[in-house]
Amino acid sequence: MDSVEGEAGDFSVTLIKKPRYVIEGKCTGCTTCVEYCPVEYPDQFNQDISSNKAVHIYFAQAIPLIAYIDDSCLYLKEKKCRICEGVCKNDAIDLHQTPQKVNLNVAAILLSPGFDVFDPTVGGEYGYGKMQNVVTSMDYERLLCATGPYEGEIRRASDKRHPHNIAWIQCAGSRRVTPGNNSYCSSVCCTYTQKQVILTKDHDEAVACTIFHNDIRSYGKGFEVFFQRAEQLPGIRFIRSFASIAREIPESGNVIVKYATPADGVKEEEFDLVVLSVGLNPPADAKELEKKFGIELTAHGFCKTRPSNPMETTRPGIFVSGAFQGPMDIPESVYTASGAGAQCGERLDHRRGKLTRAKLYPPERDVSTEEPRIGVFVCHCGTNIGRVVDVPSTVEYALTLPYVVHAQEQLFSCATNSAKEITDMIKEKGLNRVVVAACSPRTLEPLFRETLREGGINQYFTDMANIREHCSWCHSKEKEAATRKAKDITRMSVARTAALEPLQEFDLPVNKAALVVGGGVAGMTCALSIADQGHEVYLLEKDADLGGTARRIHFTLDGQDIQAYLRDLVRKVYRHPSIHVYTGATITEATGYVGNFVTTVTSERGRTQITHGAAVIAVGAEEYRPAEYLYGEDDRVVTHLELGERIARADEKVIHATGIAMIQCVGCRNEDRNYCSRVCCSHAVKNALKLKAINPDMDVSILFRDMRTYGFNEDYYREASNQGVRFIRWEPDGKPRVEVAKADGRDVLRVIVTDPILDREIAIDADLLALAAAVIPSAGAQEISRFFKVPVGPDGFFQEAHVKLRPVEFAADGVFLCGMAHYPKHIPEAINQAYGAAGRVLTLLSHDIVTVSGSVCEVTEKKCMGCGACISVCTYGAIEFRETRQGKKAVVNPVICKGDGLCNAVCPTGAIILKHFTDEALLSQIDAAIEEPAEAH
Amino acid sequence: MCSGRVDLGFMLRAFSNGVDGVFVGGCRLNECNYITHGNYHALNLVLLCKKILAHIGMNPERLSIAFMSGGEGIRFTDVVEDFVQKVKAIGPLGKAEGMGKDQLASRLEAVTRLIPYIKIVKREKLAARLDSEAAYDGYFTSDEVDRLFREVVSYHIDPQKCQACMICLRKCPVEAIAGGKKQVHVIDPDKCIRCGACFDACPPRFGAVEKITGEPGPLQLSE
Repeated sequence: MDSVEGEAGDFSVTLIKKPRYVIEGKCTGCTTCVEYCPVEYPDQFNQDISSNKAVHIYFAQAIPLIAYIDDSCLYLKEKKCRICEGVCKNDAIDLHQTPQKVNLNVAAILLSPGFDVFDPTVGGEYGYGKMQNVVTSMDYERLLCATGPYEGEIRRASDKRHPHNIAWIQCAGSRRVTPGNNSYCSSVCCTYTQKQVILTKDHDEAVACTIFHNDIRSYGKGFEVFFQRAEQLPGIRFIRSFASIAREIPESGNVIVKYATPADGVKEEEFDLVVLSVGLNPPADAKELEKKFGIELTAHGFCKTRPSNPMETTRPGIFVSGAFQGPMDIPESVYTASGAGAQCGERLDHRRGKLTRAKLYPPERDVSTEEPRIGVFVCHCGTNIGRVVDVPSTVEYALTLPYVVHAQEQLFSCATNSAKEITDMIKEKGLNRVVVAACSPRTLEPLFRETLREGGINQYFTDMANIREHCSWCHSKEKEAATRKAKDITRMSVARTAALEPLQEFDLPVNKAALVVGGGVAGMTCALSIADQGHEVYLLEKDADLGGTARRIHFTLDGQDIQAYLRDLVRKVYRHPSIHVYTGATITEATGYVGNFVTTVTSERGRTQITHGAAVIAVGAEEYRPAEYLYGEDDRVVTHLELGERIARADEKVIHATGIAMIQCVGCRNEDRNYCSRVCCSHAVKNALKLKAINPDMDVSILFRDMRTYGFNEDYYREASNQGVRFIRWEPDGKPRVEVAKADGRDVLRVIVTDPILDREIAIDADLLALAAAVIPSAGAQEISRFFKVPVGPDGFFQEAHVKLRPVEFAADGVFLCGMAHYPKHIPEAINQAYGAAGRVLTLLSHDIVTVSGSVCEVTEKKCMGCGACISVCTYGAIEFRETRQGKKAVVNPVICKGDGLCNAVCPTGAIILKHFTDEALLSQIDAAIEEPAEAH
Repeated sequence: MCSGRVDLGFMLRAFSNGVDGVFVGGCRLNECNYITHGNYHALNLVLLCKKILAHIGMNPERLSIAFMSGGEGIRFTDVVEDFVQKVKAIGPLGKAEGMGKDQLASRLEAVTRLIPYIKIVKREKLAARLDSEAAYDGYFTSDEVDRLFREVVSYHIDPQKCQACMICLRKCPVEAIAGGKKQVHVIDPDKCIRCGACFDACPPRFGAVEKITGEPGPLQLSE
């Protein structure tokens, strides 16, 4: 990025594009050049642990998956070599490329520079860079990976041996105010360490793993269970202690770690390998970004945003997503990306679709009366396949197979000219089916389907024979056998292809309106963003007023006035001409599918039938009503929400209290609710600080299990501690007790708890007791889940389609999720997710049609015996019974079906079939695995 | 297509074709990109199939399932390599088990014909989604599979009682019942999948369809 000029709606951006020295349009990613390149240099992607070549692909999943040439290239340095030019069969190397200036005119800018990993060499205290067997968690991540420096084997640097006794030191660079370290919590390290521990045990069960930590911060969805999974593995120790690297043992390279436990005091212990769980720093070029984009940074060096909109920078029209907001996990990064995208969309909506062009295909030839006429295209993949498999002989063999009328070799089947060759052959030879013997269908099948459409035949008439990953790559040293196997794979593919049928993908119209269920902060934010992009939005709220849980919150840790914010938000919603609010609303029926839902609602407006193309579930969550600690029996026991309300209205009993105690984890992190409610630690710190502001002499005690003030909230935890708030830890077997008592003639609540460090009971007298009551799923969640056929998880919160990759979508198309319905979260997090859901909704609603796959299930009614086996295995609710004269029969809704075929495998009569993967096609393929003797034909 | 699409019929067909080992590969457990988690179904089915193979005297180790991701090429080759070594050690199909070619073929054919019946009888267990990989171990037991084959049911229409009313004939999902109006119905045992639809459909006042349990069949291998 060179410079930005202009303003929101009309930025002019100048970029400098560095030369890749590889022509993107020509490189197919075959990596022949990499193999021949003579320059070895440290592989940055593998943390410099192993080496790579001057020309290489950055990593196995890089997009685009093509090579580039690094500064270490001999030609670039000394005008020598040029071997890569010679070996590239596609003439993709261009060593004379120069930097290109690119000018862009854009309406909005989205910053997602991510983060940088904390550098443990800065203070020198961690021994990193000096002791070979001290690695960072990023180094270790690569060691664990199958594409890592030792191909997935964990080896230590000093002697390349497998370590048997590994220690992790948490909070390396985080939660520390010493210079060079970060005062905030990096939010992700506790859980990534647990993941590394689990993976380590997967690699080698015998490895002893020790984790030195300060608190286990398993505050995310599913994290608590994940922690338990790690903790329960054999040979795992989680030790709560600050730990430091003492020294290295020169003979063995082992590392001594010093730590302390309440039972044993200070100890030293020897480990084969020490992993530093390094935290997250702002991106190294944050200062430069600040200058170039004219944005502001926070004191921590991350991007400064508005509390009411964590994706908006201080400069209008410039948005931020991901960890440049602050330390965050993958799901949050994904939905802030979608959310920031939605906000860019708000500015660009008037131009949506103006630059797109519809692709035209020739009419599809009807081949139903023809015998199969199969063309086989065998790919060399440069030399990837060709140097192991005898491609010409495979082509010759293919010609002998039934129904094959044409076979040829191709240098790269995926290259543009090769696709043209295939379409030409389809026409010239009258092919009606195509086998591409090349690589895995995972990446390229859509491309070849496209090629068939361009050739005028049904796109499902193709199959890929994977002779690369499944053949040449794993048999590089056995060329003859590999060639035989390539022939086998091709024969099987030809057999299946002959049995393929043409399938139609069908287009469904998309109703342009959205339904948002739940009128809290998440629901309203989402509704506004969708409506601002030109869509009608129906917003349902079960209560008489909008606002949800936020109505009970008066201020945030950062001091934001939530009630003022809420009033403004509600006003915007009511004033928006495209948002239709239904209060006192209950859903009585919901039918339909993506693009075409019909939901019936009764509300203060009466009974309404709403048709909409998308639905957003934003029903929020509730506060658990405690049954413990005298709650409901003694009115001096309140929840944190109630305490917040009392503070806000300057309740006498609160203001004049001498002492207030707080107990964390009430109603969760227990057998009934095995999850962490995420917000309560920060919530308690917030109330504690507020109380200290009212009366600095007030005794405030927080009885906690782990303080989970993740991210920047850590600063407030430290602040509370500095202001004299007492933090007393308890363990599940020493749970606090509460008694009504008298102290010096004063009526008090006496909280008795076992302090695990002192190992004895202590008593705290308080005038008021605040309970961090769990956040529990909304009472209506189950019903909503049935109406929209979307699942709830084990904790009762709605279950997204994929925890990391699709955090605001359901597996059921057209239904989306945000706010506390997904999991407890702070207001800024709910806003992030609400915009994220809006972004996904817009992706759907901005299209006029949705296309449904042809490879879905279908029932032959006559054969169906109505046993319901298919229905019981379908996780999408795509199959239902229909009453017929012959009794109940299953029927598939192809729009909902995802084509997994579980139903097919359990159907006793073969009534239900997964198209494109029929018994006939698959059995043909299995039969062809064995080369039939000639007489069998 | 998900690994949960793998059918008992596919595995048995491969053995019928004479292969010495069958390997089923699925995505890593609990890492489904959807909400399907069909790999658990695949696991369940493979474990059932192993019991069936053992029942007919085949070495169940000829069938194997493993879970891995698309990025784990090395693991893939290692797993396949291991399995190939294992199968080689077992020896050629049939020979190693002391079974003749014909005997093996007839047993596999008999089991294959019973696939619909197995799916009906074990419907609930086949649809079950258990908590963990370990929970599937021993979910289907050898005793259960032995009993399944010992107590195979079959259906027969008593010509004396049949009123040729066409009810069962229309109900039969596989068109295994021959006959017509005023023409006594007959079940074709080759087509019949033993689902019992005819038995349930025959009006009780006729009671023409008889259910026979434990008919002596080709799978009485215990002695």
